[in-house]
Amino acid sequence: MLPTPDTSHVPYSRVYEPAEDSFLLLDTLSSPSETTFLTSHFAPAATDPHPPAPLILEVGPGSGVVLAFLTAHALALFGSRALLTLGIDANRFACAATATTARKACAEHAATAALFLDAVQGDLATAVRGGAVDVLVFNPPYVPTEELPALLSPAAAAAAAAVMVGEGGWDEDSRLLALSYAGGRDGMETTDRLVAALPGVLSARGVAYILLCAQNKPEDVKERVRGFGASWKAETVGGSGKQAGWERLQIVRVWRARATEL
Amino acid sequence: MKVLTLNFLTCAVKMCKASNDSFPLHPKDAELAKDDVEINLQLLVNVLPRIDWTALRTTSTELGFPELPEQPPTAEDLTSDEKMLQDLHTLLLETQMIEGKLVCGHCGHEYAVREGIANFLLPSHLV
Repeated sequence: MLPTPDTSHVPYSRVYEPAEDSFLLLDTLSSPSETTFLTSHFAPAATDPHPPAPLILEVGPGSGVVLAFLTAHALALFGSRALLTLGIDANRFACAATATTARKACAEHAATAALFLDAVQGDLATAVRGGAVDVLVFNPPYVPTEELPALLSPAAAAAAAAVMVGEGGWDEDSRLLALSYAGGRDGMETTDRLVAALPGVLSARGVAYILLCAQNKPEDVKERVRGFGASWKAETVGGSGKQAGWERLQIVRVWRARATEL
Repeated sequence: MKVLTLNFLTCAVKMCKASNDSFPLHPKDAELAKDDVEINLQLLVNVLPRIDWTALRTTSTELGFPELPEQPPTAEDLTSDEKMLQDLHTLLLETQMIEGKLVCGHCGHEYAVREGIANFLLPSHLV
């Protein structure tokens, strides 16, 4: 088993603490079937000695435990160290935490690590160049809730609008934590936006891993992805079957089949 | 934030996506620092075909680096020319933008960079 990155420096009062969902992502991404898939999917063609380095983006890395794991163990997971990894999180504290987690894990596993670029603050993948992402990982805010927390802090919103904006009663730390779990209607309001953006974000060889709970209606999500076109595939590749009930989790892999595989 | 990262980021405003002026973002009042990163030749050689070289030339000049050649180096160039490898490594992976702003050439929105973290969250009137 590949070691889990150290997140002891992460301030859990405002950044999501690695939990069952994070560990399900680690287990799934390091499972023999997924490492085999990823290694072969990104294996260089015999004719290309210098294949373009894949860019891995984790949306909402939080503590950085998953992104650091993917970066530090790139050789075991992807069969190569020539990869770039990037995190984007709406929570500034999560960006700082992710950078520290990734640097620590890479220093500890220098012989197998890819290159961690940065963690930047942003909304989903809106700041990333179109078609640039080869592997996207998303552990969304998937819990059904009455309302969504504001993306901007009250201070940032007021500075931008020059007025005070109602914040629905979240204080700042609970707003930041709510961003990591509160998914609005069906727990899908944020994931719906990410899924809709996938065709513009993923490269032609792009793969996405999205974690969903039963109330997110995973079968509907897969159908929507397949509706993007004949080359779009979506399958469940991991799950936590141990727990019955509404928070049973699964991981859906989205990818685009090559012309030869259709 | 690394110079290489800037090569993957664009203005977050939806209406800017179609405009060539929204990429690359233009550094303003940039405060730079240098990290020590170990050279990984294989990685750099594989990163080369991913780089938008024209955008990198713009970024590099705007940050005050000497002008880059019009054409990107080849894998062979990097393997045989140690100085070129070192210079490109320093520019892409060791140079950090710590403070400043990133400006969209299309809408003019300025994204703040503080303590090395760029903030691409938009005020509500731009979402």
